[in-house]
Amino acid sequence: MNNIFKLIWLIPVLPLIGFLINGLGRKSLSKKTSGILASAVILGSFILSLLTFIQVNQGVTSNVHLFNFIHLNSLKVAFDFKIDQLSVLFLMIITGVGFLIHVYSTAYMHEEEGKDFAKYFAYLNLFVFSMLLLVMGGNYLIMFIGWEGVGLCSYLLIGYWFRNTAYTNAAKKAFVMNRIGDLGFLLALFWLISKIGTVQYDEVFDVANLAKLSNIDITGITLLLFVGATGKSAQIPLFTWLPDAMAGPTPVSALIHAATMVTAGIYMIARSNALFSLAHETQTVITIVGLATALFAASIAIKQNDIKKILAYSTVSQLGFMFLALGTGNYVAAVFHVLTHAFFKALMFLGSGSVIHAMGGEQDIRKMGGLHKHMKITSITFFIGCLAIAGIPGFSGFFSKDEILASAFSHSVVLYSIALFTALLTAFYMFRLYIITFTGTFRGTNDQKHHLHESPKAMTIPLLILALLSIIGGYIGVPEALGGHHYLSAYLSPVVESVEHHLTNSTEYLLMGLSTILVLVAILYAWVKYKNYQIEPEAKGLGKVLQNKWYVDELYQKIIVNPLNAVANFFNNIIETKLIDGAVNGVGKGINYGSRQLRWLQSGQVGAYVLLMVIGILILFFIQLIL
Amino acid sequence: MDIKAYIALSLSLFIIGIIGVLIRRNAIIIFMCIELMLNAVNLLLVAFSKMHALSPVAKASLDYASDAQIFVFFIMVVAAAEVTVGLAIIVMMYRNVHTVDVNFLNRLKN
Amino acid sequence: MGNYFTFPDLLIWLPILAGGFCFFSKKDKEAKRTAIVFSIIILGVSVATLFFTDSVKHLNLNYVNYIWLKYLGATYYIGIDSTGRMLTLLTAIGFPIVLIATSNTTFKKPANFYGLLMLTQAGLMGVFLAMDALTFYFFWELALIPVYFLSSQWGGEKRIQATFKFFVYTFAGSLLMLIGIIYVYMHTGARSFEDGTIANHSFALNSFYNAQLSAVEQNWLFILFFIAFAIKMPIFPFHTWQPDAYDQSPTAVTMILSGIMVKMGLFGVIRWLIPMFPAASIHYRNVIMLLSIIGIVYASCIAMMQDNIKRLIAYSSIAHIGLMCAAIFAMNQISIQGVMLQMFNHGINIIGMWVVVEIIERQTGIKKISQLSGLATTAPTLTIFFIIIALANIALPLTNAFTGEFLMFSGIYNYNTWFAAIAGIGIILSAVYTLNMIQKVFYGSVNAATAEVKDISWNEKIVLLLIVGIIFFIGVYPQPLIDLTSGEINDLLLRIK
Repeated sequence: MNNIFKLIWLIPVLPLIGFLINGLGRKSLSKKTSGILASAVILGSFILSLLTFIQVNQGVTSNVHLFNFIHLNSLKVAFDFKIDQLSVLFLMIITGVGFLIHVYSTAYMHEEEGKDFAKYFAYLNLFVFSMLLLVMGGNYLIMFIGWEGVGLCSYLLIGYWFRNTAYTNAAKKAFVMNRIGDLGFLLALFWLISKIGTVQYDEVFDVANLAKLSNIDITGITLLLFVGATGKSAQIPLFTWLPDAMAGPTPVSALIHAATMVTAGIYMIARSNALFSLAHETQTVITIVGLATALFAASIAIKQNDIKKILAYSTVSQLGFMFLALGTGNYVAAVFHVLTHAFFKALMFLGSGSVIHAMGGEQDIRKMGGLHKHMKITSITFFIGCLAIAGIPGFSGFFSKDEILASAFSHSVVLYSIALFTALLTAFYMFRLYIITFTGTFRGTNDQKHHLHESPKAMTIPLLILALLSIIGGYIGVPEALGGHHYLSAYLSPVVESVEHHLTNSTEYLLMGLSTILVLVAILYAWVKYKNYQIEPEAKGLGKVLQNKWYVDELYQKIIVNPLNAVANFFNNIIETKLIDGAVNGVGKGINYGSRQLRWLQSGQVGAYVLLMVIGILILFFIQLIL
Repeated sequence: MDIKAYIALSLSLFIIGIIGVLIRRNAIIIFMCIELMLNAVNLLLVAFSKMHALSPVAKASLDYASDAQIFVFFIMVVAAAEVTVGLAIIVMMYRNVHTVDVNFLNRLKN
Repeated sequence: MGNYFTFPDLLIWLPILAGGFCFFSKKDKEAKRTAIVFSIIILGVSVATLFFTDSVKHLNLNYVNYIWLKYLGATYYIGIDSTGRMLTLLTAIGFPIVLIATSNTTFKKPANFYGLLMLTQAGLMGVFLAMDALTFYFFWELALIPVYFLSSQWGGEKRIQATFKFFVYTFAGSLLMLIGIIYVYMHTGARSFEDGTIANHSFALNSFYNAQLSAVEQNWLFILFFIAFAIKMPIFPFHTWQPDAYDQSPTAVTMILSGIMVKMGLFGVIRWLIPMFPAASIHYRNVIMLLSIIGIVYASCIAMMQDNIKRLIAYSSIAHIGLMCAAIFAMNQISIQGVMLQMFNHGINIIGMWVVVEIIERQTGIKKISQLSGLATTAPTLTIFFIIIALANIALPLTNAFTGEFLMFSGIYNYNTWFAAIAGIGIILSAVYTLNMIQKVFYGSVNAATAEVKDISWNEKIVLLLIVGIIFFIGVYPQPLIDLTSGEINDLLLRIK
């Protein structure tokens, strides 16, 4: 048949091999070897994915069975891979963007020690392996394996500089919050197993099986799956780990916390679209949560001064947009936005990495400024990224965002207007970032000023490629209103039902025109406001609240962490030591006390013993008499 | 003679023995009281044996007439053995603690 | 007749033999070497049992029956079936790991130490092999007594108190079980022997299964047996001996206790309790599951508060055991299969945890989490091993514990949604305390206590590699272990119906 499907297992195994070699040989490999090796295995996977894509594009899909993972009478879970349009698309994003980021990392991480360098690449490869498992898995369990695997790698990479306690705290927070989501995912799986006894995609989405599920089942399962997605994709209420996750090296933020891992939730819901389309309540929840997150995170991003934090909140906000699309049933738009977002957000993260590299580790944009003169490639590519995310026509973000807005509009005008407002905020804060960082005059120290330089080729070339993709990436989904055929929609149609949103061409033109004009106004406002940027005084009122991220972390500390600690303390100090151990020791003490009282009988006086004996005999004698 | 007299005698001997054991502290006297109790039982056994031998059942088969008296010999043998062991213990006690007061032996108490 | 070298005989007599050699060894090194060599031979035998599983062809190899107390209907009947095969394998793997991993520690009076350790192994093997109630009880106590001496002679500062508590606790449970055994025995049918002797009652496993008991009697007996097993496992609220015992015993003994000995309780429930009293098991299942699930959350919460690394692991173990106990009483194929997997995996993982803790404690003399820091800098290899094992312990996918926990949760969910959801909180809390510990002990900057720590030596590396190898092998491909035990699960479920 198709030989490529026989080799499909190589796609995840190649990064695994890279991980093993780099991990085991971290002390002996030179930096160059480990960097090249790590990038080469990802390139290998990318090429295989590309070949697979060519097959799949012709409509050939496959379910590749590897071995039986769990095989019981009542539950059969196979270790197999589902290779179809959706998974191959993600494969290409992961391996393609992943490869670029690996190459970038070889330069970015150059100052690390040899064995830490190899460790970094080992983790990165392991991440790609897990992520590939996640998207390739032929059932929810394999997806879950990858799902937890990427969470682990995220933990390891956020805490990569493990001597810094703040970083390891961030890593821990990310892992624990992800685990909360994972519990939701797991419970959804158990629910599925208890109702239809399988987690295999093909069987779950089978019409006959779906019919076995009641309305409550479907709503419950999809809600629980969505809980899982909120953990991994950083939605309200589990989003606070993502900004903290910026503690990791910048390429990691680009790969894991922008382009790939955080989109796992979108992938999962898109994969389960057959289930979600049946659950209208869940869709409403997803819409609201997605939109709320988008707005909320965007509002925070306006007031942040850490270049990576701004990008992180921007990511949360964009993910919110994707969930909005999912909630409105437009899965294609969500996947489309995943794709374009992967390009421009990875671009901006790598760009910010380049800036941080040049600034010698400084991340505060108040201390930057005027960097355009010193690093033109970074500046221009970053500018392209900003244009793309703002949704300027012609750039990739325009097409995907427009589709989401149109989809929201077809549901309700309220949704649309909030989403549009969020889009304006996005344009505003991105250009605020750009203007403060790259234009004006330099505000850092003199040392930093002398050190400013354009990054090496290994970093700029990925930037250029991603910039190119950020421009052209949108053209695979040109809507029909603009004379396109929406290739992506057609491509995904076997997996994801495409939604017609009954908008006439003229309405669409109107929407596009409106959003474009407003975005331009927002950009202009940012330009006016920040072109002569001076370090602002301490913010007050709403500004302060925004700067402090709406105090969400503090709130969680108060309502979850502190009570939990109090309960644990209560268990530890009161129940365990006083109550249970007290009861146990109490039995011992009681016996001790009792025997101390009984001890008086054992006076040691022979006479007393004899007396007792006689009394005993007499008692026996009388008992005998009475009976 | 009436059997009741024997019973009364041996009972009073036995009670004297008990009281002696209970109230005296001298090990030798306690020991003698124990012997007294043993012999009270012996006396009773002999008396009953004699009574039994006079009963019509026993007269029919003379073989059983004096069986009970065998027990008395047993008890006497046991008592003799006891005397040897008991006196030896008392002697050892005297050697170690220079007294035959039983209440002196209260080391188990602590 | 293959009776001279049946597997059960070998598995019991080899450790006893080894124990004898150890006791009478003159040189200090000799005892250790004898114990290690024998334990590896036993491992070989145990692995060999995996290849002789045919119930007909290898019957004489796997079962052996000696007449013991004929007129009481008791025989020394030992046999190796699927669950027994798995747990004896765990015992056989556990001992060489423990012995090699602790071989850098010097114990006073090594002859006695290793002798007692090997006797413990004999007792454990016997428990997992016994097919006769009296034999079972005999080995149950045989496993307990050497451990008492080991802990009370070679333990930490408060060892006397801790071992006393441990001994009284478990012994009280055992005596309740003894009462139960005698009562059930009085209600078993007659048993005849080949030479024509007929005993009025019988101690054989099958007779116990078929004893004539009313529903009320079953309920009472169930409680007697269950308390014995619950103390051994231990589940909430019978658990307070465990942290003390784990903390105060020498680590080698703690490994045996936590890795293997707690499985006696679970094994007892599966082999004896549920099949003997199926109706009572169903009667009490909700109570027990509730207790177990409270125990999971409760022990996890307490584990978060611990500063002593050994007590932390002890509470973590209580939480895991609680999950297993709950899963047993969910009584469906998925959950019990999960328990079977998890009994093995939990043993491997927790022994691995102790190996690392032992290395840290031996080098620094510290077991307080707050006083340790930065071990990842001074001992990177150790750190990697520990992180893998700790993550396996919290059931990360593709490690061994994941499949087991997944199946157990799934089975509990099938029985009751809320039980599974509440028990699931344990998943989150386990991540919290495990990561806290990793962060504090291994990450951060080096302090005075950890500056001199050396990375692991070759023997520790071998052991840890073996453990990690098992973790990943079973994690990726659990099917062999599932196949090993699936038959017996079906039998068990048939009895319940």
